[in-house]
Amino acid sequence: MDTFYYLIQNTLPVAIPLLLVALGGMFSERSGVINIALEGIMLFGAFFGCLFVYFVQSSSLDAQGILLLGMLVAAAAGFLYSLLLSLAAVTMKADQTITGTALNMLIPAAILLFSKMFFNSDGITTNKNFYIKEVPSLSEIPVLGDLFFKNTYITVYIGILLLVISAILFYKTKFGLRLRACGEHPHAADSVGINVYFMRYAGVSLSGILGGIGGFFYAVGVMNGNTNGHTGVAGFGFLALAVMIFGQWKPFKIFLAALFFAFLRTVAYSIALIPFLDALNINQTYYKMLPYVATMVVLAFTSKKSRAPKAEGIPYDKGLR
Amino acid sequence: MQDNTVSTSKAFSAFTAALLAILLGLVFGYIIMTISSPANSFLGFQMLLIGGFKRIGGVFYFATPILMTGLAVGFAFKMGLFNIGASGQYTMGMFFALYVGFMWKLPDSVHWFVCVLAGMVGGMLWGLIPGIFKALLNVNEVITSIMFNYIGMYLVDMLIQGNATMYISSKTRTAYLPASAQLPTLGIANSNVNISIIIGIVLALLLFIVLNKTTFGYELKATGLNKYASAYAGMNDKRNIILTMIIAGAMAGLGGAFAILAPSTIAGSSMTYEPISVIAANGFNGIAVALLGNSNPIGIIFSALFISHIQRGGTLASLYGYKPEIIDVVIAVIIYFSAFAMLMNATVGNLFKKLYSKKQSEKILPADQKEA
Repeated sequence: MDTFYYLIQNTLPVAIPLLLVALGGMFSERSGVINIALEGIMLFGAFFGCLFVYFVQSSSLDAQGILLLGMLVAAAAGFLYSLLLSLAAVTMKADQTITGTALNMLIPAAILLFSKMFFNSDGITTNKNFYIKEVPSLSEIPVLGDLFFKNTYITVYIGILLLVISAILFYKTKFGLRLRACGEHPHAADSVGINVYFMRYAGVSLSGILGGIGGFFYAVGVMNGNTNGHTGVAGFGFLALAVMIFGQWKPFKIFLAALFFAFLRTVAYSIALIPFLDALNINQTYYKMLPYVATMVVLAFTSKKSRAPKAEGIPYDKGLR
Repeated sequence: MQDNTVSTSKAFSAFTAALLAILLGLVFGYIIMTISSPANSFLGFQMLLIGGFKRIGGVFYFATPILMTGLAVGFAFKMGLFNIGASGQYTMGMFFALYVGFMWKLPDSVHWFVCVLAGMVGGMLWGLIPGIFKALLNVNEVITSIMFNYIGMYLVDMLIQGNATMYISSKTRTAYLPASAQLPTLGIANSNVNISIIIGIVLALLLFIVLNKTTFGYELKATGLNKYASAYAGMNDKRNIILTMIIAGAMAGLGGAFAILAPSTIAGSSMTYEPISVIAANGFNGIAVALLGNSNPIGIIFSALFISHIQRGGTLASLYGYKPEIIDVVIAVIIYFSAFAMLMNATVGNLFKKLYSKKQSEKILPADQKEA
């Protein structure tokens, strides 16, 4: 049972970045813009979040307070970086995949350059401890307390909150409806007076905000508050895209998909603690490949009847029909 | 009015668009250099631009792998497939070449050639997989190839570390390949230029012919322009997708083989591989090369040389205290701009046209007034 608790406690901080970034991808794609730059946006957010933590870590601020402020910094950074994508992909009608790739390539190099110039290292290392041993009183609930309120990060609760907010924004507001319309049939949306360019900017910007936060939460929950230009976010931005496709572009299905992937990854990295897997004595690298292989298997089964937004990837041009 | 002068042709506008993107990228690089160290920025930038000419052998040497990955990306791009998996195909090619180099005992004269072929097969295999996923299961090739970049990287590192003949664990890298597996040099003094650059250029020309002179190339381009129309016209797009990805993978795999088998005057920089769980950067540089060359095989030859040239220059700029990562930033900025450079180019072109025609009409107008 302890092993099970351990796995769940470690799965959640990994699942939350995937969830948030995949939600970001969902907003962007449902507005009609393929956001392959999520990897870069995550790293950009993580970098600025960590930079902020680095500068305030010696002040008297409470660790959780610093984390919340760092989250806002990361969100702002992600938002600004995503504007580069919307500028190219919406205003300039450039190829969305190429632009995204360029943005992904830019950030690791820029971080390495910056860190080598100012810190003489490959990234930023912080020493603040954001870990929560146990949440007061809530951790005493029998099973649930052990599962969700011990050995965790505040990022988990913020992530769930953001999921609920995103779902409400997506399904219950006029904005959400309009956003979805722009991804399915932008000309029809335009004909009833919706500003397609604005909605696409909004979709990409939301993905920037969520991507930035997701990147910072990755740095906090998976990397212990560090960022590094070499390893970056280890393909989490791309995994998030797969999570989004597996979740059929829908918020709660995305949540389940994120849990699935995070669980696989956690298992892969804690083989030594799981007696029966350890006994099999299989090379650890196989388990490290597992999330990526599982992605392919899942996509192979779900992509035939894809629910992808109809107009995604096509720059909107008023003059075309 | 339809004029067919050089200045309005499509190839020319692609060329000027690439130049515009390069210019913007270099300006951006200069700004970064000025911010980081204003005193040396001019000398450093000068070194970045012309430093490559001092290392012309190095330019050709490092151009070969990115020429091959550039062809891998560009060829698939002609069909509308975005082969971001060139890194994985490159790594696989490298591994296959290493494996044959170490494990197969062959006569000296053919050993290197068999290694190169093995590299090609490795790349083909890793290109075939996204092709099958795309053609038969409708999985987006971008996601597949990214996933297989990671799978390939982990797999290769594991296979190398698990092989006692190849891997020296105390040095955390492989042993040096036997001399028989080394590519023949072209015999130019003080340079590493070898036969692979010639093979690369020949293959680029071959792809150019395939694209422009064969039915397969025609179908490929037609599918890239409009896959529904080409399917309606009876083209077998499933077969074409798989074939395209196999050829693209072969190119990237050759790139990996060329990189690992190349002789080097700098000891320890080739013929050995260090498994460090990082995706091969040459695959991503191939994307830059392909975009800059407008996916045209001939254009890719020149863009590979250009990227390699500024990379050499960037390395030399470190003499003035600049970090070589500046070049990666510059390359990324160049790709970003080249994504919409065509559009910017058209805007700038129209501006000039307007100015020009204004001048023309001004010239005509006074004459008309005289007549009146």
